[in-house]
Amino acid sequence: MRLGLVIDMDTCVGCHACAVACKQWNTSGTTGALTDYRPYGEDPSGVWFNRVRHYEVGDYPNNKTVNIPMSCMHCQHADCVNVCPTGASYKRPEDGIVLVDQDKCMGCNYCAWACPYGARELDREDGVMKKCTLCVDRIYDEQLPPEERQPACVITCPAHARFFGDFDDDNSEVSRLVRERGGVKQMPELGYKPVNTYLPPRITRPIPIDDVRANRVVSSVKDWVNKMVAR
Amino acid sequence: MHPAFSVILFTVISGAGYGLFILLAAFHLAGIGPAMSHGELLAHGAASLGMITLGLMLSTGHLANKKNAWRSFMRFKTSWLSREAVFAVLFYPFAGIYGLGVLLQGAAIGPLPALAGVIAAVLAVITLFSTGMIYGCLKTIRQWNTALTPANYIMLGIATGTTLFAAIATVFGNATTLHAGVAMVALVAAAVLKGIYYFWISRVNGPTINTATTFNRATVRLLDTGHTAGTFLTDEFGYDPRKDTIDNVKMGVFLLGFVAPVLVFASILSGAPAGIAWLAAVSSLIGIGMERWLFFAEAKHVVRLYHGAQTCTNSLAEPARGRAAVAPATDPTDARRWELGDTPGGSGS
Ligand code: SF4
Ligand code: SF4
Repeated sequence: MRLGLVIDMDTCVGCHACAVACKQWNTSGTTGALTDYRPYGEDPSGVWFNRVRHYEVGDYPNNKTVNIPMSCMHCQHADCVNVCPTGASYKRPEDGIVLVDQDKCMGCNYCAWACPYGARELDREDGVMKKCTLCVDRIYDEQLPPEERQPACVITCPAHARFFGDFDDDNSEVSRLVRERGGVKQMPELGYKPVNTYLPPRITRPIPIDDVRANRVVSSVKDWVNKMVAR
Repeated sequence: MHPAFSVILFTVISGAGYGLFILLAAFHLAGIGPAMSHGELLAHGAASLGMITLGLMLSTGHLANKKNAWRSFMRFKTSWLSREAVFAVLFYPFAGIYGLGVLLQGAAIGPLPALAGVIAAVLAVITLFSTGMIYGCLKTIRQWNTALTPANYIMLGIATGTTLFAAIATVFGNATTLHAGVAMVALVAAAVLKGIYYFWISRVNGPTINTATTFNRATVRLLDTGHTAGTFLTDEFGYDPRKDTIDNVKMGVFLLGFVAPVLVFASILSGAPAGIAWLAAVSSLIGIGMERWLFFAEAKHVVRLYHGAQTCTNSLAEPARGRAAVAPATDPTDARRWELGDTPGGSGS
C-alpha cells in the first residue's frame, strides 16, 4: 500500500478548515499535543501538521489565486528518515506512512532540515519532532464507521478538495484523479518522490472583470454603506 | 538557516582539536620536524583531546531532548549525524592508548601505541569528513549540497590545528620554521578552498518557487503565508542577513581567518619572536568562527520557496518579475516577521 492524499488546487478555497480539523484531531492523538505558544498573546504560534499558503499565479490581468495546503507527503524516498540518527523517524513498510517515535526522538531538528516541504515542526515544549501521521489513529480505527476512517482534513474539507487513498491501487479514487486530471508533484527534481499529489486548476474561460468596478451611483452608495456597516 | 551558537562553537572547537591531533600524530609518529619533549607531546595531546571533548559536549546544547542523545548512535547505516557520533566516540580509545603510551614511555613509544595513534589520526579525518557530510548530504540546501562542504570542514580543521600546533610548540621553545611553514601552507590551502566554495555558492541554482508550487509556466508570488506570527519553519529557515553584513563577515573570515595568521607566521620566519604564533592561533579561530556563522547564514533551505522566495538563492524580500495584482507579501513588515524568530527558545535552538 502507498497511502497518501490528493489535493485539488482547482477547488481549494483556502479556508484553513483542514488545518484546523487536523490540529483539533491530532492534538489529542498519538503524537499530540500540538503545543501552542502564547495562544492568547499578541503573536500566537505553535505546532501545526498542515499549513495552507496562498499564491498569485500569473501576471495581472491573466492571474489567479491558488491556495496550497501542505502536510507531510509521505515521500517514497524520505530523506527525513535516512538522516535521523536515533531511528525515531521511520517509514512503515506496510502502508508507507512516515512517523516519528516520540520516545526515541532527541530533538536535533536534522529531519526538519532534510524535509523540502516544511512538514516537520519541533515542539519546543515537548522537545520532540512532530508531523502529520495521515491520521494513522483514525484510518484503521474499526470503532469508526467506514466512511469516517479517513484523515480529519479530508473529512472536513467543505470544498471537497482533498482525497485519501492508496496510490498503489490503480482503481482507487486517488489514482483515478491523478490520471484524469494530470496530477503533479512539488519539487520533483529533488527526488523525494512525494506521494501526495496536487491537481492543477482546470482551464476555464476567463471571467470578465472590467465591469466589476464601474463607478455608478448605486455602487458608490453601496460601497459607502458597506464601509459604515463594517465599523 | 538560523546559525545555532552551540553548533558553531562545537564545529570550530572540536574541528581545531581534531586538526591539532592530526598534526601531533604526523609530526610525532612520522618523525617530521624536531624531536618533541615529553611535556610538549602531552601538552599537544591534552589540548586536542580537551578541545574535542569540549566541542562534543557543546554539540548537545542544541538538542531539545538531551536525554535521548545516546540514541544518536543507532542509525550508522543511513545517517551522517549518527556516523559522526560513532567515529567521534571510536576516536577516544585509540587516542587514549596512544596518549597512555606517550605518558608512560615518552616520545619513544612502542609500536602498539604508535599504531593506535595512526588509527586515531585517521579517525579524526573521518570524523571531520562526517561532520561536513551532515550538511553536504542535504538536497534541501543547495549551498551545502556539494563535495566542497566536507572538503572545507577537513581543511579548516587542519588549518586551525596547525596554528595551534605552532603556538603550543613555542611554549616549549621548540617552534621551528617548519611549524610556521606548514601552518602557512595549510592556511593558504584552506583559504583557496574557501574561496572556491564562496565562488561556487554565488552561482548555484536549483528549485524555484515555480517547481515548488508546480506552476512552471507562470510567475508565482506569495500572497499570504497563512500565519500572523513566526513558526518553527520561519525561526529555523527564515534567517535572512543583509548583503552588507554577509560581505563584512566574509571580509572578516579572510582577514582574521587566513591573512592575519599567514602574516604572523611570515613575520616569525623573518625574525619576529615565535610567541606571537598565539596571535595567529586566536585570530584563525575567530576567523573560522565567523566562517561557520556565514556557512549557516548563507544556507537557504528550499522551504523558503513556499514562504515567498523566488529561487533557492534569493532573499525573501526579492520580488518576482512581472506585474502583481496585489502587493506581494514581501513588504518590510513581513520580512521582519521572518527575522523576529521569537517562538519560545527560538533563538537558542
Ligand atoms: S514530506 Fe518531509 S517529512 Fe514527509 S516524508 Fe517527505 S521529507 Fe519526510
Ligand atoms: S529531531 Fe528526532 S526525529 Fe528528527 S532527526 Fe532528530 S532524533 Fe530523528
